[in-house]
Amino acid sequence: MTRRIDCDVAIIGGGLVGSSAALALRGMGLSVTLLDKGFCGAQASGVNYGGVRRQGRPPEQLPLSQRAHAIWPQLARLIGIDGEFLRSGHLKLARSAADMASLERYAAEVAPFALDLELIGHNQLRERFGIAGGVIGGSFCPGDGHANPRLVATAFAGAARRAGAEVLENTKVTGVTRTFEGFALEAGDVAVKARTVINSAGAWADNFARAFGEPVPLERTYPSMVVTEPLDPFLGVNVGIEGGGIYARQVTRGNVVVGGERAAPLDDPDYSRPRSDGVLAIMQRASELFGPLRHAQAIRFWSGTEATMPDRNPVIGPSATTPGLIHAFGFSGAGFQIAPGVGEVLAELVRDGRTSTPIDAFAITRFPPASQPDDALSSR
Amino acid sequence: MARPISSATASAGRISYDGLVLATGATDRVLPIPGWTLPGVFTLGGAQIALKAQGCAIGKRVVFAGSGPLLYLVAWQYMKAGVEVAAVLDAAPLAAKLNLLRALPLAPGIVLRGVRMAAELTLRGTRVVFGADRLSIEGEGRVARIVYRDGGREHAIACDGVGYGLNLRSETQAADLAGCAFRFDPRDRAHLPVRDASGRSSVAGVYLAGDGARIAGADAAEAAGERAALALLQDRGLSHDSSRAAVLERALVKIDRLRDVLEAAFPYPSQWAPEIADDTLLCRCEEITTGEALRAIRDFTLTEINRLKAVTRIGMGRCQGRMCGAAAAELLAAQTRRDIDAVGRLRAQAPIKPIPLAAGLSIDARQHDPAH
Ligand SMILES: Cc1cc2nc3c(=O)[nH]c(=O)nc-3n(C[C@H](O)[C@H](O)[C@H](O)COP(=O)(O)OP(=O)(O)OC[C@H]3O[C@@H](n4cnc5c(N)ncnc54)[C@H](O)[C@@H]3O)c2cc1C
Repeated sequence: MTRRIDCDVAIIGGGLVGSSAALALRGMGLSVTLLDKGFCGAQASGVNYGGVRRQGRPPEQLPLSQRAHAIWPQLARLIGIDGEFLRSGHLKLARSAADMASLERYAAEVAPFALDLELIGHNQLRERFGIAGGVIGGSFCPGDGHANPRLVATAFAGAARRAGAEVLENTKVTGVTRTFEGFALEAGDVAVKARTVINSAGAWADNFARAFGEPVPLERTYPSMVVTEPLDPFLGVNVGIEGGGIYARQVTRGNVVVGGERAAPLDDPDYSRPRSDGVLAIMQRASELFGPLRHAQAIRFWSGTEATMPDRNPVIGPSATTPGLIHAFGFSGAGFQIAPGVGEVLAELVRDGRTSTPIDAFAITRFPPASQPDDALSSR
Repeated sequence: MARPISSATASAGRISYDGLVLATGATDRVLPIPGWTLPGVFTLGGAQIALKAQGCAIGKRVVFAGSGPLLYLVAWQYMKAGVEVAAVLDAAPLAAKLNLLRALPLAPGIVLRGVRMAAELTLRGTRVVFGADRLSIEGEGRVARIVYRDGGREHAIACDGVGYGLNLRSETQAADLAGCAFRFDPRDRAHLPVRDASGRSSVAGVYLAGDGARIAGADAAEAAGERAALALLQDRGLSHDSSRAAVLERALVKIDRLRDVLEAAFPYPSQWAPEIADDTLLCRCEEITTGEALRAIRDFTLTEINRLKAVTRIGMGRCQGRMCGAAAAELLAAQTRRDIDAVGRLRAQAPIKPIPLAAGLSIDARQHDPAH
């Protein structure tokens, strides 16, 4: 028996992007159906490192990132929990003079965006943050922080549900077609009709874009994570390193989450698992950088599936081929912090056809379109 | 042949293989009861190891509680070692023990030995209670007494040590990480790696034997291990004794029939899960109470065990759910009024046991392929 739903907006994908859009749209009084093939917030949004940082983003992302920055401290009011958000500051370390020069260049470049970056020398690093181990300096962004990804997206979806959105989990969208009035979606025994569709299907979003004649060079990446047993507090800030390699934060309970390296996809590339040499490398770097970690135990490794674009910017905005379709995917390893802002922007795009936040740099048209729409989606 | 995979140990060693026999064994299955984390409370298996491996008892006057053949065996071993065993509190009603009559023709030796143990315990003054209910362990800072109900009446027994357990649960993380398919097993109330009569798993080159694949005891483990080894030899084209393989398989079928009956004689008290008090600790690594779990189940409308883990941290601590995972699944099933198999299976994550971060220091980082 097929269940039929008629709504203003259907959202494919209940990650943080889709869930926050659903909540914002409910706030505008539109009817919303949020569909996820698994559980809302169980993919990238729920398993990421938890870094809530603006520092290090390309300047074109900063207006959107600043918009999200204003939302994070409001989570308790918005979704009923604070998501363990801590405005701890984000410290980016430099291992070489060249890396330090690049941090200095970045600070100058983003000066107009008021991130309040503070460049810090080696001695200060030791005194203020207790960090030694082969670093010569760093850049500190006091307003950045970290949060618990396992809770935030799930709570956004929960809040959207309480606000009246129809949230359908374990409901995979297998086909979308443009109809006279809007769209028809097939999802198992559910058939949804919607005026507008948001494609926020994360690492699976390229299938939907391709189906509407907009192939995108989306690649899947799988960052590796390690978490330790709870330790006495020693790390008050969220730490990253210029050029990558490792990032670390300590949660209130005491566990230290460390990321870096890449995991390997399993036979089913929807899933991945850390590689043993990868996690050993992360563990090595972490125990070199932070003395207290030398004697700590790692209790769990994990990874997640992320959609990465070649220019490391997301795709956000209306489809160029299909009126009423809006894309939001490809956050390239940095979507957790900006997603709540993206949700608001998507809601504005649905209601007004435009948004007050500049998103031109994220247009799907920056990738060459296909000559023919592809109907391969339903066979996938 | 199995795809060679490698594993990291504390010294970051690496062992490649093209055949793997997983014989990962079992640990005690527990369901939280008030006071279960007080010093002086051990699992039944833990109490047995203390006695057998270290020659020490868990107390001077001890009580054994729960369900399973191990309950009587450990109590009897303690009695023989000269420890005062104040009581055996069996969660199963006396009527369940009638199933032992069905076991008699299958394994007269085992059944009679069990009955003799219970009789000897009674003769030596141990109170044996059937259908003990609403257990709670009390004491200031350590065990002082255990309280239970028996037909509606409450009793308390003074003691300084408690052995507690509800049968065993298979250790399946390695099979999960090796990619083996799993299936729900109603007898063990658990999702277990699938294997055929020879011990072959769903992954070529990976074999499963012993309690790690399904609870069946020492005799079965011995036969299954030998059978799996024969399968491995056969699959590698080496000489193996196929008539021996047939003998072992017949023995395993027989033990399996016995296990069905024993499970009926020592049933898991599935009626306990809905009665766990809110302030009882559920996950001791992460210090999550039953009440917190129930609140999360309600607030996030959770129906699946990995989601419960994600939002509450249950099963995320040092033990990775080996202690609390089965209990959390029972609680989730009870709260959402579904069968235990419907809540899913806690996915295994490496490392199976905690490993020191400094283990990474012994490897050469330059060997890694950064492209991945
Ligand atoms: C390990 C890891 C660490 C990271 N660390 C950080 C960090 O520290 N800071 C940061 O800012 N970002 C980080 N990121 C990136 C961030 O997590 C993502 O950019 C962000 O969560 C993307 O959100 P999303 O909603 O687009 O995708 P997702 O959360 O993946 O959601 C997409 C959803 O779409 C659903 N879906 C897919 N196909 C269908 C279909 N056919 N029908 C129905 N539903 C479907 C999926 O089930 C999924 O739930 C990290 C990512 C990973 C993987």
